[in-house]
Amino acid sequence: MKGYNFAYLDEQTKRMIRRALLKAVAIPGHQVPFGSREMPLPYGWGTGGIQVTASVLGAGDVLKVIDQGADDTTNAVSIRRFFARTAGVHTTTRTADATVIQTRHRIPEQTLRDDQIIVYQVPQPEPLYRLESSRIETRRMHALADYGLMHVKLYEDIARFGQISISYDYPVMVNRRHLMSPSPIPAFDNPKLHRMPTLQLFGAGREKRIYAIPPWTEVRSLDFDDHPFRPIRAPHPCGLCGATDSYLDEVVIDDRGGRLFVCSDTDHCAERRAAGHVGTEGLKEAAE
Amino acid sequence: MSTTIALPGFADPVDEAQATFRAVLDAMARPGRLHRVGERLTAPTPLDPATAAVLLTLVDNETPLWLDAAAAAARDWLAFHCGAMIIGAPHGAAFAVALSLPDLDALSAGTHEAPESSATLILQITALGTGVGYRLSGPGLREPAMLKADGLPAGFVADWQRNHALYPRGVDIILCAGTVLTALPRSVSIEEV
Amino acid sequence: MAYVTVKGGEQAIDNAHAWLAEERRGDRTVQELTLAQIEQQLGRSVDRAMGEGSLYDRELAALAVKQAQGDLIEAAFLLRAYRTTLPRFAHSLPIETATMQIRRRISAVFKDLPGGQVLGPTYDYTHRLLDFDMAHSDARTSDEAVSTMPRVPDILGHEGLIEPDGNGEAEPGDLTRQPLSFPATRDVRLQALARGDEGFLLALGYSTQRGYGGTHPFAGEIRMGEVAVEIEPPELGFAIDIGDITVTECQMVNQFKGSKTTPPQFTRGYGLVFGFCERKAMAMALVDRAMRAEELGEEVTAPAQNVEFVLYHSDNIEATGFVEHLKLPHYVDFQSELQNVRRLQREVALTAERAEAVCGQDTPPPLAGGSWGQGAVPPSSPLPPTSSREGRGRFSP
Repeated sequence: MKGYNFAYLDEQTKRMIRRALLKAVAIPGHQVPFGSREMPLPYGWGTGGIQVTASVLGAGDVLKVIDQGADDTTNAVSIRRFFARTAGVHTTTRTADATVIQTRHRIPEQTLRDDQIIVYQVPQPEPLYRLESSRIETRRMHALADYGLMHVKLYEDIARFGQISISYDYPVMVNRRHLMSPSPIPAFDNPKLHRMPTLQLFGAGREKRIYAIPPWTEVRSLDFDDHPFRPIRAPHPCGLCGATDSYLDEVVIDDRGGRLFVCSDTDHCAERRAAGHVGTEGLKEAAE
Repeated sequence: MSTTIALPGFADPVDEAQATFRAVLDAMARPGRLHRVGERLTAPTPLDPATAAVLLTLVDNETPLWLDAAAAAARDWLAFHCGAMIIGAPHGAAFAVALSLPDLDALSAGTHEAPESSATLILQITALGTGVGYRLSGPGLREPAMLKADGLPAGFVADWQRNHALYPRGVDIILCAGTVLTALPRSVSIEEV
Repeated sequence: MAYVTVKGGEQAIDNAHAWLAEERRGDRTVQELTLAQIEQQLGRSVDRAMGEGSLYDRELAALAVKQAQGDLIEAAFLLRAYRTTLPRFAHSLPIETATMQIRRRISAVFKDLPGGQVLGPTYDYTHRLLDFDMAHSDARTSDEAVSTMPRVPDILGHEGLIEPDGNGEAEPGDLTRQPLSFPATRDVRLQALARGDEGFLLALGYSTQRGYGGTHPFAGEIRMGEVAVEIEPPELGFAIDIGDITVTECQMVNQFKGSKTTPPQFTRGYGLVFGFCERKAMAMALVDRAMRAEELGEEVTAPAQNVEFVLYHSDNIEATGFVEHLKLPHYVDFQSELQNVRRLQREVALTAERAEAVCGQDTPPPLAGGSWGQGAVPPSSPLPPTSSREGRGRFSP
């Protein structure tokens, strides 16, 4: 784009972010502060993920951007356009074709490969912030691996509700050392973080932190022996493709309590339908 | 103007820096995996193309750089092409360039609250892919991986274990030889085989 | 009819942009605003956009105000996003406000002083009556002379009544390159305040006057005018003037009882902003002084004294982005919460049934949305307790 460098950021800024990324990879799950820049998109809308993607992306990359699992949500469209415009890279909606996937709130259903990189947009990198608002304190807790506060919170949940009641942004322990926020993905997606073949990068622009999980790294969702971690999912098949193992969006179809459950991962759903899988809605359509 | 300055940097600074960074990133994420970089670069004596490419990619006027005595001949080239802030003592360095393994304890290992502030050592050795075998295990590796390297001293594994024991503090190493690089993040444990 | 997933994010965005452009222009029979008109006649808007946008360029700020339809946070955001792409050629020397070409200078602590009180172009003594003549045209002119004047805190300083000013030798930090870290030094705090939101600082400054971290302030001096910006290129070895900027400076003089090592003396709160933004400069000086509580051995009890709280929440570009991101889709998280609440409800109902079967009647435990919403209350709230605290309600002597 005229007047701007490849992928918007100037080379000095990219070098700064690249240095932070390398340190983040060397210390899995540790939040590395970085000199986050103002981006032409608002803070809270993916500026951290965008800066990470801009620093990683090369002319030969193929980029996929999803928000809530979908390629066609407005913010995903906006970010994909930003890179098509500033970097001229190829973009795709097909998970398998992408070399870099930027995501907000989901991990694709399809198992990612070791030649792909996934970049998460992170609103709040500090997993302890709801329990301790001071970042001076939480930084000290990470230094000492003092995560008692989080265990107390989970224990109190069990005492009160009989189970851990966190359903998204469920905290994880990375490489048995650092407590980490997986970003607000549903707890359903947490098991995918563990020993993923793909390099996982996390960018928080407003909070100015970068962190990472190298491939094949142990990522454990916090739990107790007698209350093991349980990911939850709506107990329905996808109405469009019939999948029973994917994460579902709930769509309100009328004002009389009518509901339809469909895959949140739009690419996964489309590929299944193309392969001939049909859900209840598809059957209805065929009957009409 | 000295002759080393007259040598060019990257012909295409944006693309070559990006390609070199992706190689280093992947090597750091999968310790011991070899990558080819800097093949189009004419490196200043005594640096190999991989070493020079890594420096052009990561170092600038915001990162204090220390050179060991053998690498010091490239200082004019580094000052010119990287705008590097070259310092006299290893301790304050964000990056250190060495042609033989320096005392790792002399480099910054970072602090408990900011382990990311540790130094990255760019260590140029004789060859990668041949030589002594090292077994690597840790994050980034599905199962223990084998690295062959020629030019690391006999005491390297013992030095590394001391560095690794500092985790999450510790020095990270980028190994360069010719046009090949790999990386050893502090998180990896190493045994000689 | 079968359900079809919603497509068309691309088209929706294009349509929104077209509509925005049309709405920005408004009725095409009305003349379009020029940048010169905005820069000249909406100067306070331009000043605020430059200050919070952290870029001194009146013409670009006028463009930002026009493009943002007068939404000043949006205008500041446009400037910030532009400035971050600009290369840095040089660092200026510290500006010298003692040599300011004064357009306004007032002191609330001395009735008269060298140079005198200069009201300048102020709203202070206007009666806030809508001026219906201005609805048509306004051709009034004024021709005020400008000059330099000594700074009031310097006058106090000669007598040793006020703490010395900070040492200007150290290289100041730069928040736009290095992320905030704690403890944050005063140079970095002042930079954050200078870029901070006027409304946020105004409210915090006000809170210090109402007992939440009082500092007993006096407006030692407020001055506004032009100062020269100089750079010293290494190849030249001497400073060259690259132009003038308008700034507003406020020095608050605050009471301080002294400590074991420091004699009783006045302390400083400092405010400096681009353009004519007096309200912001004054609020900044109050908050700067409040944040020095720990350094001066005062008890830290109030929001304005909590450095971490103030610095993490003063930037309106960060704040507006994160507040407004709530309108982005969150259906994945909401869905997980829905399943969670449904599951909890089922289990509560089951427990109640079983309890009823056993002992006839029992009250089921109250159902509460657990998860992150209400389950976890931060043990250390950033706000101070409202119960009686020492010093609350005391008057300035």
